[in-house]
Amino acid sequence: MNLHEYQAKALFERYGIPTPRGQVIVSATESARAAALLGSGPWVVKAQVHAGGRGKAGGVVLVESPERVTAEASRLLGSRLRTRQSGLDGLPVEALLIEQPTPIARELYLGVLVDREARQVTFMASAAGGMDIEEVAAVSPERILITRVHPAVGLQPFQCRRIGFGLGLDAKQVKALQGLMEGLYRLFLDCDASLVEVNPLALTQGGELMAVDAKINLDDNALYRHPDLMALRDASQEDPREAEARAHDLSYISLDGNIGCMVNGAGLAMATMDLVQLHGGAPANFLDVGGGATAERVAEAFKLILSDPKVSAVLVNIFGGIVRCDLIAEGIIQAVRQVHVGVPVVVRLEGTNAAQGLAMLAASGLALVAASTLSEAADKVVAAAGQRQA
Amino acid sequence: MSVLVDKSTRVICQGFTGKQGTFHSEQAIAYGTNLVGGVTPGKGGTRHLDRPVFDTVHDAVVATGANATMIYVPAAFAADAILEAADAGVRVIVCITEGIPVLDMLRVKAALAGTASLLIGPNCPGVITPGECKIGIMPGSIHSPGTVGIVSRSGTLTYEAVFQTTLAGLGQSTCIGIGGDPIQGLDFVACLALFEQDPGTKGIIMVGEIGGTAEEDAAEYIRGHMTKPVVAYIAGVTAPAGKRMGHAGAIITGGKGTATGKFAALERAGVSIVRSPAQMGARMAQLLAG
Repeated sequence: MNLHEYQAKALFERYGIPTPRGQVIVSATESARAAALLGSGPWVVKAQVHAGGRGKAGGVVLVESPERVTAEASRLLGSRLRTRQSGLDGLPVEALLIEQPTPIARELYLGVLVDREARQVTFMASAAGGMDIEEVAAVSPERILITRVHPAVGLQPFQCRRIGFGLGLDAKQVKALQGLMEGLYRLFLDCDASLVEVNPLALTQGGELMAVDAKINLDDNALYRHPDLMALRDASQEDPREAEARAHDLSYISLDGNIGCMVNGAGLAMATMDLVQLHGGAPANFLDVGGGATAERVAEAFKLILSDPKVSAVLVNIFGGIVRCDLIAEGIIQAVRQVHVGVPVVVRLEGTNAAQGLAMLAASGLALVAASTLSEAADKVVAAAGQRQA
Repeated sequence: MSVLVDKSTRVICQGFTGKQGTFHSEQAIAYGTNLVGGVTPGKGGTRHLDRPVFDTVHDAVVATGANATMIYVPAAFAADAILEAADAGVRVIVCITEGIPVLDMLRVKAALAGTASLLIGPNCPGVITPGECKIGIMPGSIHSPGTVGIVSRSGTLTYEAVFQTTLAGLGQSTCIGIGGDPIQGLDFVACLALFEQDPGTKGIIMVGEIGGTAEEDAAEYIRGHMTKPVVAYIAGVTAPAGKRMGHAGAIITGGKGTATGKFAALERAGVSIVRSPAQMGARMAQLLAG
């Protein structure tokens, strides 16, 4: 789960990490008051969306008068902001963060994440603030400073000194950085974060450190123990079909193709998409119906797949393990009757009681195409989708 | 021959009397697994599935001599369950539980370092030596005793590899599901090393997926250490970057962890790669016949 910048900065404040003074508004009528609370200007108006690249997309603007604050608020609130990370449709702007501008001397980068290979919480820093860390890593990896934290001892002062002096800070600033990094580390652990990024971390003209931007991703698996953080979820920033899927405990990702896929198991679901492509088709989605593919879940999965108008054929690929294929066949038949599926459906059932399941599908009178091997299923669904398009 | 578990393995179940624990313990017993008891705190001294229930893993190990455990407790309690098993000296710890917080696993991994315990999973189908010992949620019926070692990050995709090798008449020595989480117990390299040393394993099928660099590490290891043929399939060629594909660990970040990159690394290491998941068994049969 992702947080908005203003939510992340509120957490930063709580952990003693300096941020610019700011006000959050959700309506243009609040803008004059917010601007006045922050002083005599100028002001930075920042659109709150879950995507990077806001500045280049016109979502972050510097203005000199309270009237311009209101004008920018009116322009941005209720619009959709399209950035290089937002997808083609852009993301809705429902809140703005209005801040005092920071007089920046240098822009640094500081990030915290779980390094899955090292199995440790890891700090990354770079003197090339404002740039994507991925870009820095590709162009000049030697400019990235990395230090890993052993879980038994936690973040040590020497690690902060290494990063600080490595960034070219003076002794006083390194001390300040240590406080900031210790705060970030505590925040990371307390909130079960998976990524915290400060980009840029500004060194102000007065020699202070300031988190000018803030990004926090949380570990979905740990949200159960953070109801306060879960309440910060902003569904408007998420793909509506993916959110709907989550509500039914299905795992769904939309893609650009026209062949809907319904599979049990995440690995097999990915493999099925790959197989469709290998056989000349294009998958419309990733969908894992999970282990217990009951009639209800299969019906929900069909609804989800068919809500995408691009879908011109559906491939159901189930490897019946503990769940028997005859039960799954029953689920598919009920679901297809209930949902009124109007496109060709190819079904491949394998595993426990597969023959029985396939026989039930054949006897159902529904327009279901049975396939017994993976390759046959892929061929049949690609052919069916092609015919419909032609 | 096999790795990790066989018919002499003495298995307990943590979360024994719960719904999942009960169902899969029944399945394990029906398969012939030597399930010697289980643990549910507060139910010690009772019996379940005609086997003793203990309050703690320590009690279970003392009373039964258990050397393997399968964990079916909810995610919030799984880290504690793994650490309890390790503290009791259980050698093979199989954690089926899905959805454990990453930071919990990070601490668990640090605590397991230096112990003799081997963790498999979490978020995995488990481990099975066909005809001898089934610890996990895999369907026993599709397996057959044989000579192919299978190691995989995915559940149902493992079953595909199993089923194809069964149909090809090769069978399996042992199948290990290492799990789909970013931080896990045994990795590809550890499992490949076990299979390389097992005289009963003639070839290995390795099933990877996008995310992380475990497959690249495996490629490096295979180049330097493996004499047996390895067939590899990687799921997720069509997966978009930045999206978590069901498994918590299956995500391409910053251009790292792509299926294309993993295929290339394995190919360079001399691994026989298959682009279609339907070809895993047939390719292994070819290699073993040749």
